[in-house]
Amino acid sequence: MNAAAAPVAPALALAHLSKRFGGTRALHDVALEVAGGEVHGLLGHNGSGKSTLIRILAGYHAPEPGGELWVRGAPVRLPLRPGQFRELGMAFVHQDPALLPALTVTENLRIGAFATDSLRRIDWRAEARAVAALLAEFGIEADPDERVERLRPWQRPLLAIVRAVDEVRRLTARAPAGPAAGSVAGPAASPAAGSVAGPVADPADAAPRGLLVLDEPTAGIGDAGVDRLFAVIRRVTAAGFGVLFVSHDLEEVLGITDRVTVLRDGEVAGAGITADLGKERLVEMIVGRRIVRGPPAAAAPAAPPLVAVDGLRGPGVPAVSFRIGAGEILGLTGLIGSGFAEVGALLVGARPATAGTLAIGPARHGLAGFTPRRAIAAGLAYVPAERLRAGCVGGMSVAENIGLPVLGRLTRAGVLAPRALLAHAGALCRRFDVRPPDPALSVESLSGGNQQKALMAKWLQMEPRLLVLEEPTQGVDVGAREQIFAAVRDWAAAGAAVLVLSGDHEQLSLLCRRVLIFRHGRIVAELAGAEVTEERMAHACFGTDPVAVDG
Amino acid sequence: MRVSEPTRSRSMADPGSRLAAEVVSGPSPGTSPGSASGSTSGPVSGGAAGTPPGGHGAEPAGTASVRRLFDRYALLLVWVATIALFGALEPGIFLRAANFTSMFSSQAVLVVLTYSLVVSLTAGEYDLSAAPVLTLSAMVLAILNAQLGVPIGLAILAALAAGVLAGVANGILVVWVGIDSIIVTLGTGTLISGIVLWISNSEMVSGISQTLVNWVIVPRLWGLSFGFVYALGLTVLLWYLLEYTPLGLKLLFVGRGRRVARLAGLDVGRLRFGALVGGALLAAFAGVLYAGTSGAADPNSGDSFMLPAFAAAFLGSTAVRPGRFNAWGSFTAVYFLVTGITGLSLMGIQIFIQDLFYGAALIIGVTLSVLVRRREQRERDVAETNED
Repeated sequence: MNAAAAPVAPALALAHLSKRFGGTRALHDVALEVAGGEVHGLLGHNGSGKSTLIRILAGYHAPEPGGELWVRGAPVRLPLRPGQFRELGMAFVHQDPALLPALTVTENLRIGAFATDSLRRIDWRAEARAVAALLAEFGIEADPDERVERLRPWQRPLLAIVRAVDEVRRLTARAPAGPAAGSVAGPAASPAAGSVAGPVADPADAAPRGLLVLDEPTAGIGDAGVDRLFAVIRRVTAAGFGVLFVSHDLEEVLGITDRVTVLRDGEVAGAGITADLGKERLVEMIVGRRIVRGPPAAAAPAAPPLVAVDGLRGPGVPAVSFRIGAGEILGLTGLIGSGFAEVGALLVGARPATAGTLAIGPARHGLAGFTPRRAIAAGLAYVPAERLRAGCVGGMSVAENIGLPVLGRLTRAGVLAPRALLAHAGALCRRFDVRPPDPALSVESLSGGNQQKALMAKWLQMEPRLLVLEEPTQGVDVGAREQIFAAVRDWAAAGAAVLVLSGDHEQLSLLCRRVLIFRHGRIVAELAGAEVTEERMAHACFGTDPVAVDG
Repeated sequence: MRVSEPTRSRSMADPGSRLAAEVVSGPSPGTSPGSASGSTSGPVSGGAAGTPPGGHGAEPAGTASVRRLFDRYALLLVWVATIALFGALEPGIFLRAANFTSMFSSQAVLVVLTYSLVVSLTAGEYDLSAAPVLTLSAMVLAILNAQLGVPIGLAILAALAAGVLAGVANGILVVWVGIDSIIVTLGTGTLISGIVLWISNSEMVSGISQTLVNWVIVPRLWGLSFGFVYALGLTVLLWYLLEYTPLGLKLLFVGRGRRVARLAGLDVGRLRFGALVGGALLAAFAGVLYAGTSGAADPNSGDSFMLPAFAAAFLGSTAVRPGRFNAWGSFTAVYFLVTGITGLSLMGIQIFIQDLFYGAALIIGVTLSVLVRRREQRERDVAETNED
């Protein structure tokens, strides 16, 4: 239409975006631009600020004053209201595609349309035709009447993407259009009206139709799925959408994005055309050139292993074996979806493993059919990453949460005296410096760091021989982090084996002398001693570092 | 809405996945079936994922403890106020000792049935079959004793066994097969009602041994019946069980955080099964008391107890131990409700007032527990924002 008249406004532009959480700087003066028809990569480590940026767009966080946002050329006032992104023609697709497995493809794709016209009779044949046309447009081969649970796993994110595109089209077509409905009226058309309500893209018309934010869409869909996903994304951009592609996976970013912005410690570490930058340069931008001191070189860990895991197999983990020595803190890491994060839950039977054995000292346990109850009896303790879902019950007191696994010990003649529980938990709170040291408080009222310290207390009182920690310092302040590290080191020094599952490489470099790297569910590298640095770990995760491969 | 799958907290930005993550399993004070408004909701986990560390929401210790004291005994105050109100309106009848002893004595059945619900609700299960089990137990006892001449002791045992059987059936379907308890017990409850109508020919069965009647309604203690004494004894027992035994705390963890309980090594399945069977046993005991109170069994006897029992359990969870189903809170709630009903009927108000009153009490009870919960959350959120 009028694309030739003026330079086309980008689908999304951000400038001077900053966000602080207390003393922590999550984002600082970030700028980002996504053009219509472009796939723009957003790269960075955990904690680099990617999630904060997305949450600001979704309206969950309010940025610091001074941030600026333009949607299709029109300035939009920050902060956004939750849900406002819909009016602005944005949609988010997350790792968990939020589809209802028991419903059909048609129902899942049209649910948004049903929701807005509750009383209209549903014309199922028309709906099925619309869905079939939509699937055909994006080259997805799926029966509209099939239940989503019967689709292949890699088909689900595709559906979520198509649904998001459809939703954006519907909402922008229907938005209070003003004078400009159906055409791009002027360079500064209001954001709600600036969309083109007409039919499918005219390739010559480069005016952006909307923005799709894909947050780690490829996790767990396999290589075949990635190719198909890319094909769909290309059709989405061909239809005039801008795509913000958020990922940890360098290969995928190289494969699909046109341009890329890399965040590090909340700042833009670099940006440019993906093909010009290349893999090495991107890794450099992600990791930075910081020199991080590794732990002192290990004094030959010659001690016989205390823990041996053999052939562990389960969802997301095809087969994994490793050893942990007495007194050793072993780290497992990898990119999101690489499988390292599943190992903890599988080891303790929180999620059912299908095969494998676990030996602790002379005792051997089959891992198929293992339960948390038997794991505890075997000397395992598992501190899950989801503190308030799996770790403790937020509305109950610190004392009750700490006391839960040892109620038997605290009982005298069948009586569990509340005072005994409080005294027991109080002593542990002081030992692990849980603040405020009042065990009668509800766990919810503690900060993340203190919740984690209370959880460490809960599990270390069991004196486990194998301590499994998942993301032990996620959402934890620096002071508490040091205390948690100290508790972990002390327990290892007492002769136990510790397994730390984390995507936080700095943390691993401080805690571990040996780290195993996961990719696609397998251990692909082992770093030990002086090799355990953030940089080496990042390279190993991205597969850019030639290190010895350990079957 | 069974156990929620692990949901990564990093995807909290998406409203859809936020909803998915808010799955609440089972009842807890502050959540009603099907609503995700109460406990493990967004702000909590959002706080864990995205908010900075810091201390807890401190407020002047004095205000907080006064408020906590008020929260605990507000229901008791309301009860006393109700007594004062009707005492002022109908001093001649309402304030007579006989009125009080009759109120206390007549409601032993409701107290025991409420405790049956407190047990299953604490473990996170809704037992809609509790009232039908009460009816079944009373009817089994009446038929065996009055029609077939079985000695009263044996008849009581058979009645309790019938209750246990119903509990086991519920347990198998809920725990082993894995169906939501609200649906299972809706089914078994209706099934049991059908059995009762069948075995009784839809007629009242009277003529239960006078021995049982003597042991239930004859006034023994300051003019109060034995039935009330049993109910009081059960209150102490349940209070002890929930507050002072590991079992009580384990049940509570199973109800409030099944994943947490499982990871702590609890045998979650057995505890849920046990709670359903224990609850059914209590309901059957309520049936025995009912048979003793009236000397007969009515095929519809349990129906009128269902709603008051749920109302008392939820209202009770706002008192004494706010946020938890508890014995003394439920006890207070039962007698508050009965006082209200008695007072209103003394003033000559129609019988439909019962339904109005109990229905309103259930809704208000659940609403209050949600509001208490939300206030706590808001205070915490404010405290966290202030630290930003």
